[in-house]
Amino acid sequence: MDILIPSIKIAVVLIALLTSVVFLVLVERRMSAFIQNRIGPNRVGPYGLLQSVADVVKLLMKEDIVPAAANKPIHDLAPIISIAVAMTAFAVIPFGNTIELFGTTVKLQIADVNIGVLFILAITSLGVYGITLAGWSSNNKYSLLGGLRSSAQMISYELSMGLSVIAVILVAGTLRLDTIVEKQTAYVFGWFPAWNMFLQPVAFISFFVAAFAETNRLPFDLPEAEPELVGGFHTEYSGLKFGLFFLAEYMNMITASAVVVTLFLGGWHVPFADMLGLTGFTLSLLQILAFCGKILLVLLFFVAIRWTLPRFRYDQLMDLGWKVMLPLTLANVLVTALILLAF
Amino acid sequence: MGADNGKMIRTKDLTFWQKIYLPEVFKGLRLTLSQIFKPKFTTMYPEERFQPPSSFRGRPILVEENGVERCVACGLCSLVCPALAIEVQASETELEKERYPVKFEINMVRCIFCGFCEEVCPEEAIIMSNDYELVFSSQEEAIFGREKLLFSAEQMRDRLEFLRNNR
Repeated sequence: MDILIPSIKIAVVLIALLTSVVFLVLVERRMSAFIQNRIGPNRVGPYGLLQSVADVVKLLMKEDIVPAAANKPIHDLAPIISIAVAMTAFAVIPFGNTIELFGTTVKLQIADVNIGVLFILAITSLGVYGITLAGWSSNNKYSLLGGLRSSAQMISYELSMGLSVIAVILVAGTLRLDTIVEKQTAYVFGWFPAWNMFLQPVAFISFFVAAFAETNRLPFDLPEAEPELVGGFHTEYSGLKFGLFFLAEYMNMITASAVVVTLFLGGWHVPFADMLGLTGFTLSLLQILAFCGKILLVLLFFVAIRWTLPRFRYDQLMDLGWKVMLPLTLANVLVTALILLAF
Repeated sequence: MGADNGKMIRTKDLTFWQKIYLPEVFKGLRLTLSQIFKPKFTTMYPEERFQPPSSFRGRPILVEENGVERCVACGLCSLVCPALAIEVQASETELEKERYPVKFEINMVRCIFCGFCEEVCPEEAIIMSNDYELVFSSQEEAIFGREKLLFSAEQMRDRLEFLRNNR
């Protein structure tokens, strides 16, 4: 029983993650098409729902080309690191409170660790290895530049990401993600949900911006930068190995949104659900749905931003990271700490 | 630029609200998100086909009147063709026009749809149609002979009218 329940949870979360990646790609393509007054893929299956499935089949059947001068073991290892890191980070995210199933109470979180926030920061910063090694092992100047850019970018933005998380930790007083969510279920003035988004707006914005940089999304997609770097770190990848990078990128996006939701948007908390008088199973289901809905909203925001803003120049990126975000988040931590000390 | 050693000179400084960047992001988002609800330009091609206006320059064709082509095989089109796509061989005929093309071929792989042949033709015999769907599976197939080129004047009325009004 001790192994059964976690393995069921892992299976459910993994399958949910993988299928949602498939649909996220479609959502992104359809939304970009609509923003550009096009229709987008709508031929494969009803409303184009099976487009990504067709793409996956296509990727599976492609030849796996490795450059002659590439470092083969590392070239093979890099996509595995990327995908493993992307999958692992979701392990500590609470996607619901508890649920009653067949007489047992199940906690809706795969690994209930007491250093949850730290775990996420540690794992996501491992993701840079996948990209950097991919860029280096390809033995291609564009790939190398993409890999270097990604490591520089991730390290710069991890600082402000960590500092904005510290502000949240100061408010919550714990590193446990489930406790951070539980703290957010309270109400300020008795009616206003005490989500960290409202308590820590500066941390919220800086974390969100850093999340864009960490997931290599526009406006910070310098590691890929198609017009400059021919695709950057994954220039020399084809077939399923390219597919793994693609999968990892979108999975990182989902994980980043899940972290944003958990830390700042109240996680699975549905405001005023307790006043509706829901209990037990229905409430748990509603909370899971709320969590997924919040993630979906954040993802849509990610996509909308991608098709709105142009890419930053490299020096602008570093300026923003070191000269704006870092002092801003530091000041935020300081002010938060002083206020907490005073009251 | 250049003279100032690559240093950027702003003619207009950014305002405070532009410098903190976020309001501009939301302005941009409002623009892109409002596009979602606008009508789409895409036509669903195989089911729904674009009907070009009469000013459209599709593939060149020969005009047929009373069962005979108008062409008098003067060879001007073949001479003016920048891509050397047209081949004409003339011969004599009992009809009033006295000359007719024994062989008239347009190589559609070479044709660049410039419309010079139409412009130079003294008889309005070669004109641009509104046909844009050209698919070949071999080089030989792309050479269009008379049977593929001849269209009656009634079928081409729109284009002929357009030419008369705009030339």
